[in-house]
Amino acid sequence: NYLRIVGLEIHAQISSNSKLFSGSQVQFAAPPNSLVSFFDASLPGTLPVLNRRCVEAAVMTGLALNCSINKKSLFDRKHYFYADLPAGYQITQQRVPIAVNGSLSYSLCIDNKMSQMVTKTVRIKQIQLEQDSGKSLHDDTRSQTLVDLNRAGVGLMEVVMEPDMCCGEEAAAAVRELQLILQTLGSSQAVMSEGQLRVDANVSVHHPGEPYGVRTEVKNINSIRFLAKAVDYEIQRQIKELESGRTILNETRAFDSKLGCTVPMRDKEGKQDYRFMPEPNLPPLILYDAKSLPANMNHQQVVNIDWIHERLPDLPSVKRAKLVERYGILPEHSFTLLNEDGLSEFFEDVIKQTQMKPKKVIGWILKDLLSYLKKHSLTVKESPVSSFLLADLLNRLEEKEISSTAAKQVFAELWKGEGKTPLEIVKEKKLQLIQDQKDLEQICQTVIDGQENEVMAIKAGNRKVLNKLIGLVQRETQGRSNPVLVKQLLEKKLSE
Amino acid sequence: RCLSLIKSTKFLNAYITVAEETALKQAEESEKRYRRGQPLGVLDGIPIAVKDNFNTAGIETTCASNMLKGYISPYNATVVQKLLDQGAVLLGKTNLDEFAMGSGSTDGVFGPVRNPWSYSRQYKEKSVPKSHSEDKDSNWVITGGSSGGSAAAVSSFTCFAALGSDTGGSTRNPAAHCGVVGLKPTYGLISRHGLIPLVNSMDVPGILTRCVDDAAVVLGSLAGHDPKDSTTIQDNFKPFELSNLPDVSKLSIGIPKEYHAPGLSSEILALWSKAADLFKNAGAKVIEVSLPHTRYSIVCYHVLCTAEVASNMARFDGLEYGHRSDMNKSTESMYAATRREGFNDVVRGRILSGNYFMLKQNYENYFIKAQKVRRLIANDFVKVFGSGVDILLTPTTLSDAVPYTEFIKEDNRTRSAQDDILTQAANMAGLPAINVPTALSERGLPVGLQFIGRSFQEKQLLTVAKWFEKQVKFPTIQLEEVKRHDHGVFQHQKSASFL
Repeated sequence: NYLRIVGLEIHAQISSNSKLFSGSQVQFAAPPNSLVSFFDASLPGTLPVLNRRCVEAAVMTGLALNCSINKKSLFDRKHYFYADLPAGYQITQQRVPIAVNGSLSYSLCIDNKMSQMVTKTVRIKQIQLEQDSGKSLHDDTRSQTLVDLNRAGVGLMEVVMEPDMCCGEEAAAAVRELQLILQTLGSSQAVMSEGQLRVDANVSVHHPGEPYGVRTEVKNINSIRFLAKAVDYEIQRQIKELESGRTILNETRAFDSKLGCTVPMRDKEGKQDYRFMPEPNLPPLILYDAKSLPANMNHQQVVNIDWIHERLPDLPSVKRAKLVERYGILPEHSFTLLNEDGLSEFFEDVIKQTQMKPKKVIGWILKDLLSYLKKHSLTVKESPVSSFLLADLLNRLEEKEISSTAAKQVFAELWKGEGKTPLEIVKEKKLQLIQDQKDLEQICQTVIDGQENEVMAIKAGNRKVLNKLIGLVQRETQGRSNPVLVKQLLEKKLSE
Repeated sequence: RCLSLIKSTKFLNAYITVAEETALKQAEESEKRYRRGQPLGVLDGIPIAVKDNFNTAGIETTCASNMLKGYISPYNATVVQKLLDQGAVLLGKTNLDEFAMGSGSTDGVFGPVRNPWSYSRQYKEKSVPKSHSEDKDSNWVITGGSSGGSAAAVSSFTCFAALGSDTGGSTRNPAAHCGVVGLKPTYGLISRHGLIPLVNSMDVPGILTRCVDDAAVVLGSLAGHDPKDSTTIQDNFKPFELSNLPDVSKLSIGIPKEYHAPGLSSEILALWSKAADLFKNAGAKVIEVSLPHTRYSIVCYHVLCTAEVASNMARFDGLEYGHRSDMNKSTESMYAATRREGFNDVVRGRILSGNYFMLKQNYENYFIKAQKVRRLIANDFVKVFGSGVDILLTPTTLSDAVPYTEFIKEDNRTRSAQDDILTQAANMAGLPAINVPTALSERGLPVGLQFIGRSFQEKQLLTVAKWFEKQVKFPTIQLEEVKRHDHGVFQHQKSASFL
């Protein structure tokens, strides 16, 4: 009898060559303090200069999330003191951000079997451009703080999702979809483990009909899996607290992944007044569209929203719909294809190289290939079985050169990555289906002759017993007979 | 020559750093270029000084503060680079109020700057010794501020031009007290990249010279879009030469009545009036105008200035550069100690005020309100210029320079509030303004008048200023030290192109 309210604040690092307001490079895991410009180090007298690529990334993202792009947005200073913030303030967009009022649709499986999917929507409150901070590491043994400013000034898009979600699964699905969108757009690489996507969750609970409860902010969530766990834990914790008659504090909590719970955080900022002030060194950011673009404007100095809109790639939802339409696969299949980096491309490559129908190919991709990849913790790119090899194998199956059981064996062999082709493996392991019909007929006859009782039962009307005969033929041929053909032959003989 | 003059006028305390070696080298290079007939430009070889809040690569930049004592910047401010690219010779960094906060150039850690006119024959003749045993030095007068060092340097002939900065009058005020030309350009015309900011939305680099023509020359080398400063305008700037205005009959001069401020000395009032008559008699249309919101500008400036100061000073934490306290119990305590040790009272006072105004509960009532009032002040000018007035004529200061002992009787904040009143509104509105030395006061000290022009109409502003300069024929300073050095300097003092 509690309503669960979950909202998210997501920081996505913009994929660009240089930082948001200075020309120093953006690169992961570079030697400490090797990517720091005078401006990043806050040397007195330096001024911010806006990076065009970052603006374009934000506009692309805003359009992909169905936002209104503000043609005029403003920059502000947010003040607080911390070792990783050299200027003593962060440049952000507090008053008027670059994009507002969008939405994101994501899908969930109703049950665990992935057979029924439901679509949900979360409202996007806004997207704002802001600077990332540097990194500080506390060395307690030597009582010192180590500061690395490589990340200071890197462009971020903060995406604020309204509290329309109600559990960890929804939050995780929404973030996953956002991640796919960002990666498709190229506006952010959005890899959580590299800090390119950071998620903070806002959680509260209340009884229906009553006002919203006090919310807590949960930070330090390092993967989508942990996001679901953290949100669900926090919901349960709050419910338990309230049920015990206690109250929820409006605080920031950190998710401890080892213990699987949230703990109060040593508040680095406290209840701070950020003393927001307009950033005086940056004029308002003006964006244009085809209508408002002045005729003789320098092309280099201008960002045209319509131009960007026209060049947006297919978003994941569109890609999925196209896969379903083009190949007749199920919606849940399309989700899995897009969820795994490179898998849908692999699938389409196989389709191109085989006569097998997509509806059958998908089974091989999702059940065989994917499970092998998962078992060995490999990405699609690292697959020892290429699309060419798999297509070749599937062709042999289509040509009825081998049975489907045999095909699975060949696949397992291919997985060893010893460079053999399917044909070589089939020959080596003698997996070819018996092609000579006469031979097969003879074997069928032999089986029929040896199973008088069963034959009688079949002739009496018990069709199920036929399967036993088929099985015997299979055994006799060491699996090298096409069960469909065997069945036909047996039936023909038995009806004679 | 200039370098030795700097040495003999050391008591003025105009320079914080004298870059003797590099200057001599630059001069040598320049001479070589002239011999080849390939000077880099009009300023090639011209000795200049730069206020110590501009970044100069390899030369200490202190802002007259303990916070940046010993700080050697790795880059040149754009304006400094432009001067060097023209072949100018950088003599050194001049003294100022700490972080440019002040109107006397008395509150820096290197001590106050003395007005060269304190030692002029003109002043000494007029001054009455207070007692027999009076120290010759004790009634020296201030330069005004905060660009006092630059003004003194130009005034005492140690350089031909100097860079100052102007946020509330910091170039025009000392220019008036030291009898030199002080130009505040339109906001957005000259790059602020490398100028350590006081108020980002009002700061401009200022130009101090001995005559209006020189100011135009320096302006020509400095103005124009800088991609490193997003607040500079994109339009192409065309350097100009000032023509001799044949007549002023086509001009409309506005006399804003609110600039008859309380505390304005009768001397200056009379001079202002005389100047207006000068224009009238020459055929110009001289009319009284009103800028009704002038009286709110000081309070408005106080709020906006301190707010930006609080923000701009937040970066001084001792972590990346500058003074760092030995206190190392925690990051926070290190920050606090560093800032207490590095900043003087004036700076700390403004930071505290500024943070107060920016608190969430105060922001609307103070900061936003001040922004609105600022727009009203700017609109006053728009209306007046829109009604046909070309140039405004006002006093620059309330009186001539006061003795140092007098000046320090009031605190920095009080003095700033008093002294900025005539110059400050131009910064609010971003307009160009110039001080032209006009006459000597009864005490034998310089008094200047101010012209305020339309946005980006420096050419018109300077043309009128030049005409006025020609009419008033302001006398040359008579300094022992300068005389001793070189008679020839007097002949050439009017134009920088003679060397």
